[in-house]
Amino acid sequence: MSISRIALVGNPNCGKTALFNQLTGSRQKVANYAGVTVERKEGRFTAPSGRVFSLLDLPGAYSLEATSPDEVVTRDICLGRRAGEAVPELIVCVVDATNLRLHLRFVLEVKRLGRPMVLALNMMDAARKRGVTINREELERQLGMDVIETVAIQTGGAQDLIAHLDKVVTKDMLAPVVHDGEVHDQVRKILAAAVVMPTATSSIDDTIDRWVLHPVFGLAILALVMFFIFQAVFSWAEPLMDGITEGVTLTGEWFAATLPDGLLRSLVVDGLFAGLGAVLVFLPQILILFFFILVLEESGYLPRAAFLLDHLMFKAGLTGRSFIPLLSSFACAIPGIMATRSIQDPRDRLTTILVAPLMTCSARLPVYTLLIAAFIPASTVWGIFNLQGIVLFVLYVAGIVSAMAVAWFIKRMRKDKSEHALLMELPSYRMPGVRNVAIGLWERALIFLRRVTTIILSLTVLLWFLSTFPAPPEGATLPAIDYSLAGQLGRLMEPVFAPIGFNWQICIALIPGLAAREVAVAALGTVYAMSGSEEAVAAQLGPLIAAQWSLATALSLLAWYVFAPQCMSTLAVIRRETNSWRTVAVSAGYLFGLAYLAAFLTYQITKALT
Amino acid sequence: MYWRAVNLSELLPFTPAVVDDVINVDGDDPIAKRLRELGFVSGEPVRIVARGPIGADPLLVQIGFTRFALRRSEAQRVRVHVAS
Repeated sequence: MSISRIALVGNPNCGKTALFNQLTGSRQKVANYAGVTVERKEGRFTAPSGRVFSLLDLPGAYSLEATSPDEVVTRDICLGRRAGEAVPELIVCVVDATNLRLHLRFVLEVKRLGRPMVLALNMMDAARKRGVTINREELERQLGMDVIETVAIQTGGAQDLIAHLDKVVTKDMLAPVVHDGEVHDQVRKILAAAVVMPTATSSIDDTIDRWVLHPVFGLAILALVMFFIFQAVFSWAEPLMDGITEGVTLTGEWFAATLPDGLLRSLVVDGLFAGLGAVLVFLPQILILFFFILVLEESGYLPRAAFLLDHLMFKAGLTGRSFIPLLSSFACAIPGIMATRSIQDPRDRLTTILVAPLMTCSARLPVYTLLIAAFIPASTVWGIFNLQGIVLFVLYVAGIVSAMAVAWFIKRMRKDKSEHALLMELPSYRMPGVRNVAIGLWERALIFLRRVTTIILSLTVLLWFLSTFPAPPEGATLPAIDYSLAGQLGRLMEPVFAPIGFNWQICIALIPGLAAREVAVAALGTVYAMSGSEEAVAAQLGPLIAAQWSLATALSLLAWYVFAPQCMSTLAVIRRETNSWRTVAVSAGYLFGLAYLAAFLTYQITKALT
Repeated sequence: MYWRAVNLSELLPFTPAVVDDVINVDGDDPIAKRLRELGFVSGEPVRIVARGPIGADPLLVQIGFTRFALRRSEAQRVRVHVAS
């Protein structure tokens, strides 16, 4: 049976991906185009005749004169210039029926390629609701191609398109000679002949925007939305996270009971399950955050938030679009870094990825809580403030301020000082479709679990190996980790970390603590030969370190954790999202550098003062 | 009634205007080129429908049936005229 290769092209916000989801359902393959970090989405569907189509969802583009990596991919595939990608047999150009003035220009540009194409007149439901009338036959005549009406967000809304594709015989178009300057005139002519548009915008959009973009209410609404999301992330994720911890521990214990005592058991229980548990426990937070990011994106609110904050973010060397990824990073940098895909400009995107790990993620909290409870008295300051609360607040602010400073520094230091535009479309508001959100969430979960776990699993095994070998000698008195490679490494590191006040116990704990930040608490417990649950260890650790460490050491460790990238999942996601080990090295390098510097200053100043 | 030419960045909100042209800041200005592609061409009606809360930047510009957020420096490239 012959397979027909179809490519979907269209402007951003034309409902192309919703149409793709409608056509292919869950039969999608998501990957990156070779050598770039542009998402490649391919799917299949079978027409009633039994004919199988393979469908490629090309990135949204305003023009074939590409200005972003997304548009380069779309242009190259349409032109058949991209290595490893067959030229599509048929181009389905998708347009938003309520935004034809903009979208038809791109249709005419694609038409100039002379490739076989049809037009999918999408969002016909919204157009009818707004009283837009489109003379389809006239539009076909004017454009010289078949025009099919679709409603991508409605079940069965693509049936006409499928029926058409089923019987269509591809033929090359007559490539018209139209010069750039004349394209807009031609669009105006077509609109005048085939379309009646009672109003330029929808009155619902106007009303919502009057509030949402208002200088005062707009910011208040944004703050409220963000507050709600954070509430949800932390309160909904809690039971799920407990469940995952429980499940992983129980499975680990089950394995522990079935496997004979020895190395294999240690590898499975202490290595794989402990490591996997440390990473998987963040999955609920990541998915809940992603759910909200997808809903914000689908509804059209995301660019509005970017609009409100662009000026502020731009001053710091970022863009308005960096805001949501950075804010998400307060819960976890992983969804934050993955959400930077909504930043089309590669330069702005890279800066955002580099500073995202500086946001105080939730995994830092167990470390902060332990140290603050042990060293900072809960005394009242200026009558109303709690000193412990102030210290925690300072740690958060330190993260934000340093992120802004780093972004500003990157802006100052880079060689390419050219102006990169905002030029951001604010699309119509739309009810987020259940199918689109569900598919998006599923894709992200898979990316995290499949791609990232391969790196994390290998690192977990490596860290287990370091903490287990060599085994302690007969009659050993100290905890086993002291005799291991990690223990030896920790002691080797001690002179390097002495100027920042870290003792050898901390140095050792930093090594398994590379898995995730909160693992440091358990690792310290291991080094100090404690056992029991995480809470029990933390409860024992507090008084012990309060007695053994100096205040300077504790503050120095706090400062270290503001910056240090003690999270291999973050580094693995940076690798996936930038497709470059160099970027991983740069982020890890500068973050460790800043961590050392901050800890050094904190330790030396505190020591001088106390 | 006479026509007054201004930059889009100086246009007051909700003042109807018409695009004259987009000016290249330097020789080959990709931003100016993109603006033209997005519909900022001679004779197109345009108006500002909102401004950012901080520094009245960026500007939300209605052109055709579409709304674009433009930073002031981007809007400065667009010359328009209004009835006054």
